[in-house]
Amino acid sequence: MVKNNGTVNILFCGTGGQGVLVAAEICGWAAVFEGFHVKKSEVHGMAQRGGSVESHLRFGKQVYSPLIPRGTADFLVSYYRDESLRLRVFLKPRGVDLTAELDRADGSVADKRYINVFILGALSRHLALSEGSWFKAIDAVLARKNPEENKKVFLAGRGEGL
Amino acid sequence: MRRNKTPDTAFLSGDEALAQGAYESGLAHAASYPGTPATEVLEYLSRFPDVQSQWSVNEKVAFEVALGAAIAGLRSLYASKHVGLNVAMDPLMTSAYTGVNAGFVVVVADDPGIHSSQNEQDTRLFAKVAKLPLLEPSSPAEAKAFVKKAFAISEEFDTPVMIRLTTRVAHTKENIEIFPRASLPPKAFKIDVPKYVMVPRNAYLRHIDLEKRLVKLQAYAEKTALNTVELKTRTIGFITAGVSYLYVKEMYPDASVLKLGFSFPFPEKRIREFARSVKQLYVIEEIEPFMEEQLRMLGIKVKAKHPSFRIGELRPEFIPEIVKGKEKREEPSSARKPVLCPGCPHRGVFTVLKKVKAVVTGDIGCYTLGALPPLSSLHSCICMGGGITFFEGFSRGLGKNVVGVIGDSTFVHSGITGLINAAYNKVNGLIMILDNSTTAMTGSQPHPATGVTIKGEPTKKLILEDVCRVAGADNVDVVNPFDLNNLENLVRQRMQEDKLSVIIARFPCRLIDRSRQPAPEYRQAACKKCLLCLSVNCPAIRKTDDGFIELNAAYCSGCAVCVQVCPAQALVKRG
Repeated sequence: MVKNNGTVNILFCGTGGQGVLVAAEICGWAAVFEGFHVKKSEVHGMAQRGGSVESHLRFGKQVYSPLIPRGTADFLVSYYRDESLRLRVFLKPRGVDLTAELDRADGSVADKRYINVFILGALSRHLALSEGSWFKAIDAVLARKNPEENKKVFLAGRGEGL
Repeated sequence: MRRNKTPDTAFLSGDEALAQGAYESGLAHAASYPGTPATEVLEYLSRFPDVQSQWSVNEKVAFEVALGAAIAGLRSLYASKHVGLNVAMDPLMTSAYTGVNAGFVVVVADDPGIHSSQNEQDTRLFAKVAKLPLLEPSSPAEAKAFVKKAFAISEEFDTPVMIRLTTRVAHTKENIEIFPRASLPPKAFKIDVPKYVMVPRNAYLRHIDLEKRLVKLQAYAEKTALNTVELKTRTIGFITAGVSYLYVKEMYPDASVLKLGFSFPFPEKRIREFARSVKQLYVIEEIEPFMEEQLRMLGIKVKAKHPSFRIGELRPEFIPEIVKGKEKREEPSSARKPVLCPGCPHRGVFTVLKKVKAVVTGDIGCYTLGALPPLSSLHSCICMGGGITFFEGFSRGLGKNVVGVIGDSTFVHSGITGLINAAYNKVNGLIMILDNSTTAMTGSQPHPATGVTIKGEPTKKLILEDVCRVAGADNVDVVNPFDLNNLENLVRQRMQEDKLSVIIARFPCRLIDRSRQPAPEYRQAACKKCLLCLSVNCPAIRKTDDGFIELNAAYCSGCAVCVQVCPAQALVKRG
């Protein structure tokens, strides 16, 4: 479990169309609901077109840089294995690479559109964010995209329910 | 310390926070043309019924409409990306002379690192050239606070005020407090010919006023809370602005910092005072040596980045490198390149243009991706509208082998004048409007030829084929870009005729019309492994290890471009 006093750095990556930015958005909102200062930085414009997508999410008491300094990411959340190889340099020495969760998702998520939320569930095990904040965030970001089903998938990724 | 949860906290990007701040300031009018990373300013404002917001035809039009509204008495805002401001430079330069009436804020979002642009020009230099005050927020929360100050400065000094964002401010999200909107009556408009009619004598007198205004603005820069000093250790101090400030704070939390939120005119006295208070002074800024040059003019001893760091955006880990005086190490990009979406209507057009071996003058939009291999069939891209004007220029040197391509939104933005010019100056040949019925690259904004406003209301629809005929095109054909045979025959014919022709290849972008046909059937037994289907560069087709192909039916939209290029009938349309 990461302590609350330091800044938590999470790098989300993948390719356009995988829901990378949606996953980072949900996590960002969850941290906002939890009362943290949050910064999330990404590049728009090419995201729909299959190119590399990365989102830097940082939260804590007070966050300065919107970008995670190289070598300081606590977590690498990847939806595409080649992208994790490219961006692993961002991880700190004992940072957690969640790329392996993709294998678990492949085995347990029938509808591929929910993989992004399943892996958020896996990430949530490492973060001091309450289930209530996560669910509020899912409601806020996925209001029109079946939030209840997404919550179930989130819990499955977290290792609860289903 | 955790902050209290309040229902009035939102999680907004720099663009959105700035828009919210403008709204709270009593903004009544806003105009823009879409462009990354500035697009979301107007998208956010369009939700408010009490703000007149518009996608304008182009940035020049947006600037003039917005400035006009300010002179008429409404708090008004213009927003664009950096290269969009180039289009609006004509009114921008003289707006410094006329001044405003109600507050007028010019928001420009730069793209250091060229994530989604054709260059990485630095808008701060434009503020100096135009003699306009410049504010540089470092974060979304500051973007919101600064725009409120900008309206106040605009009205106090009777000047447009520029706010410069960069990608890492515009597209960073942060917790933002939402407040109610200020209720402001419009300012009274008075006819004032010497102020608003910029004929030579009037303009000369206004220039005198402008120079006096700059002196007053410099005095303001010396005292404004937009510029802040944080004195900590005296051994090292930084002068910085914008997002660079946050990188400095991240990497050197104990250093002294002079942060210029109001970075033009330059607060000389505060800078000299700060410089005296620290042992070693550094200036940290993205792209151009804007502050560095001014510091050197003041004779202040300061260390600055190696010129190699003028290329690309800064990152927090670059700051210690800059402090050590190192050169930037360029790393080869291993990021995946974007590609036309499955079912994109541009794919058929570039497949045909490749086959006819045309030299293709391109423009700005998703279709610029036609330049990437293996399509490799777009050969110039410089600016908006250039697809048509470079067609004319190239034709003068290369004759009939040239085809100009331009998107529908781009054609309306600045292609029409080029078409009129080509007709008037007797150029023949083929121009293609790749009409996907939206401004696709920036996220599907409507434009005049869609017949819908920014607020989603129906409006007068511009008929592109009528415009082309009136502008002087001899032939105007509207075709379905997925019928490759028909398209190829027509393209060959029109390229050879001594006529000026426009082919409008019309099919909606897959992101606005998600309807699809079944994926084709792949008959592996018939496949000759020629891999011509891969030449159309569709993300739904993949080569397998044994030299055959695999279709991803979940991605495929059933556009059948691959079916039409397959010589062996191994790909067959279903149904």
